[in-house]
Amino acid sequence: MSKINLVNKLLSGLHMTGHRVIEQIWRLGAGARLFFLTLTYSAESFRRPHLIVREMYFTGVMSLIIILVSAFFVGMVLALQGYNTLQKYGSSESIGVLVALALIRELGPVVTALLFAGRAGTAITAEIGLMKATEQLSAMEMMAVNPISRVIAPRFWAGVFSMPILVCLFSMVGVLGGHLVAVAQIGVDVGAFWSQMQANVEFADVTDMLIKSFVFGVACTIIALFEGYDAPPTAEGVSHATTRTVVTSALAVLGLDFILTSFMIVA
Amino acid sequence: MSRTTIDLWVGVLVVLGIAAFFGLAMKVGNLTTSSLGETYSVTAEFENIGGLKPRAPVKSAGVVVGRVDSITFNSKNYAAEVTIKIDQRYPFPTDTFANIYTAGLLGEQYIGLEAGGDDVDLKNGDKIAKTQDAIVLEKMISQFLFSKASETEDKNSKNEKDAVSDSGENAKSTELGDPPF
Repeated sequence: MSKINLVNKLLSGLHMTGHRVIEQIWRLGAGARLFFLTLTYSAESFRRPHLIVREMYFTGVMSLIIILVSAFFVGMVLALQGYNTLQKYGSSESIGVLVALALIRELGPVVTALLFAGRAGTAITAEIGLMKATEQLSAMEMMAVNPISRVIAPRFWAGVFSMPILVCLFSMVGVLGGHLVAVAQIGVDVGAFWSQMQANVEFADVTDMLIKSFVFGVACTIIALFEGYDAPPTAEGVSHATTRTVVTSALAVLGLDFILTSFMIVA
Repeated sequence: MSRTTIDLWVGVLVVLGIAAFFGLAMKVGNLTTSSLGETYSVTAEFENIGGLKPRAPVKSAGVVVGRVDSITFNSKNYAAEVTIKIDQRYPFPTDTFANIYTAGLLGEQYIGLEAGGDDVDLKNGDKIAKTQDAIVLEKMISQFLFSKASETEDKNSKNEKDAVSDSGENAKSTELGDPPF
């Protein structure tokens, strides 16, 4: 009798694993389909650019304060920590290089994307999830308005356009924060700070930063949109979807960052 | 929120973003310094370029006057052929000396030009005849160790010949660290 019990338990465990894997693959496929549908219907939303501008206000402008403040503090902390180690090797003049390269190559795109997922991604998911729960999306379909071209595509392009702008601002403000600590507080020479930075930061680093920010913008926005679009139309469903947006976006950003960086370092 | 206010704020965001991008490109990155104006290119052959790379600076009296354009291997005389681009504003005489230096002990390598005294200036496509190779640190260290080893050998043989047990001398040589061979 106990033997049959054990077999049953094992079988149900296998059932659960299989079910979960199939569900994840289904979600991946559904997300990819939503992505391609968004791309195909985005021509319609480009004909009404004020929709994109409106969403850029909510995703870009409203994220500005959190992005700028955290950039300033990240830059300041980088300068403090970097100086602490670099002065042991007598090369505290390289502090500008350290701050600028760390911000432009890694921290700028990654931290901005993580903050963006937390600030704008969750808002998108909750909004679309609630639109679905209150049957606004079905109502649009009833009126022969395609919800993907009217709701999804403008938000997608707003996120994709906002992200590189936010990343540029993050890196620039971070460098200024590092400048404040290194030059004004610690007393590193201003000329050495900027000239070492200019000698070692390539324009290719800045373009790599833009490529990364574009990819992260696409990933974060489409994840937020899909989680909202796919959320069960209940209060609990929307709350779960919002949580999943943050978790999935963070993992996707960090994973993509490794892949992109490995290509950029080799190239 | 009215549409004009939204438009205004998004405009501010976009302008700020573009300004930050140009700030990064010009002030942080070296887009301005790396693009030299009018240049003329000359070649120089080195037996060993060490770690010299394309786009490395070419300096004279410490001032960047050009950049390394390309590095190729000449299979006829087994030497490295380095093409450098020098700013048109800075003419150099034909007997200019080209050295490969290292910035700091372990820093990046660059080409240093020392002007000669010739009346004729280098033209586009000319070749710098007088060059000095990069100093390879491993070679220097092995030479140093080798000379140090032969020194201590001499000293030991002298001590044996004199048959004086001068322990202080020996202790000093071990203190310096005996070479591994």
